[in-house]
Amino acid sequence: MRKTIEVSHLNVSYFGNKALKDVSFSFQTGNLIGIIGPNGAGKSTLIKAMLHLIPTDSGNVSINDQPIKNIRRNIAYVPQRSDIDWDFPIVVKDTVLLGTFPNIKLFRRPSKADKEWAAHCLEKVGMQDYATRQIGELSGGQQQRVFLARALAQKADFFFLDEPFVGIDVASEEMIIDILRDLRDEGKTVMVVHHDLSKVEAYFDELILLNKEVIESGPVQEVVRPDIMSKAYSMDFNMLQQMGAHNV
Amino acid sequence: MMSFIADLQQYQFLQNALITSIMVGIICGVIGSFIIMRGMALMGDAISHAVLPGVAISYMLGINYFYGAVFFGIVTAVGIGVVSQNSRIKSDSAIGIVFSAFFALGVILISKAQTATDLTQILFGSVLSVRPSDMIMTLIISVIVLLVVFLFYKELLISTFDATMAAAYGLPTKWIHYGIMVLLTLTTVASLQTVGVILVVAMLITPASTAYLLTNKFSMMITLAAFFGALSSVIGLYISSEYNLESGAVIVLVATILFLLAFIFSPKHGVLWRSLRTKKSKASI
Repeated sequence: MRKTIEVSHLNVSYFGNKALKDVSFSFQTGNLIGIIGPNGAGKSTLIKAMLHLIPTDSGNVSINDQPIKNIRRNIAYVPQRSDIDWDFPIVVKDTVLLGTFPNIKLFRRPSKADKEWAAHCLEKVGMQDYATRQIGELSGGQQQRVFLARALAQKADFFFLDEPFVGIDVASEEMIIDILRDLRDEGKTVMVVHHDLSKVEAYFDELILLNKEVIESGPVQEVVRPDIMSKAYSMDFNMLQQMGAHNV
Repeated sequence: MMSFIADLQQYQFLQNALITSIMVGIICGVIGSFIIMRGMALMGDAISHAVLPGVAISYMLGINYFYGAVFFGIVTAVGIGVVSQNSRIKSDSAIGIVFSAFFALGVILISKAQTATDLTQILFGSVLSVRPSDMIMTLIISVIVLLVVFLFYKELLISTFDATMAAAYGLPTKWIHYGIMVLLTLTTVASLQTVGVILVVAMLITPASTAYLLTNKFSMMITLAAFFGALSSVIGLYISSEYNLESGAVIVLVATILFLLAFIFSPKHGVLWRSLRTKKSKASI
């Protein structure tokens, strides 16, 4: 059995407009994979389409030769912060506990062991002191760490994170990338939609450069080259990196 | 107060009314909690209006109004989904189009089908004319609604809070949505007799919103909403029988007063403490 994550000829359209054109790539599992590209390139659409969260026109996605629907419980998804209702009546520890739900049988409730495991995951992201806070009372970085803890609680092998570093503090960003690296070192596969070009080389092993179609994919040093990057971004790449390119 | 209790002991119809409206208060609070956190308050209003033709047709066919109402409730939920997903029409407009059409149809059909019940009774409810068979029906619906929520609480919670995560790990979120629509329809039908078509939405939204202002735990919100729903029913029924007022309207106003109290005095989310906190923090600066 090949240990790969494979996407072939994925097409997605919204009301007749092509959002993704014939997207194909494959990576070894056990890597930290970044998805980058300009605004509107379809980065979030790509991971949503891969997980069949939105309808696709055509294409095939498999992980270790299994279709996605066979391994769903083994996939942890961290949504964009803007997708969450932060006024929902739920506190931090209960939010993390939700991560155990995929592995709890129908009609069953979380056990004591599940609760302890969730508390442990909360400690891993350094948020144990906030366990009884409502999630809307946290800062952006804290919220992101809580949602990462929820993903950890799922004990998954595949992690998909949609823009986890947008609008968060430096300390939280460092903590999150450290945890993602640890996951990778444990043999897990982590896919991250990412914005900030200045840190791409430091963060990822593999990269997909996307602008509705795959411009380039492969090891990070082979993708982050001025001639390739400028195919996706209209501006000069060196200038982009100097600017930090937070809002490209 | 004493005379109300004496009446309760004496009159079967008042007992039926009290039991029925308590049950309705409870399930409206429970389902209402899901409805408001899913941003579907308007959907509750829509379904309650759209069951009207179902009630009329049931009278015409001589069957229990429950069957026709449930049928039209589900047709409405599906119809709204079809219109909003297959066109550029936004969902609140789709809701408006579909439910007002069914309501209009219902008004015409009811006037043609005038038999046991008249339009006013369905629009505004008449809890004092609840028959034992209606009470049994409400009891059955309540048991179904509470049992489903209890058994599938995990799935309902996660799909309400984070539908994307729920779908990512393989929950059938679309079917969960339609499941909630069915529960909503059942709840609405049970409420027709107590508060009527027009005011059902208040029983769904108001006690749940009151609870929402008082807690940061969803299961507690559901419990409190059920409690406020039942409390509104009891107090409302007492006032309406004491002063001979329209019961549905009084129940809704009691629920509204409870909401206003929470809106002002809620320790976490009330305007009073919030403004005091702001003053304090301003003073400390």
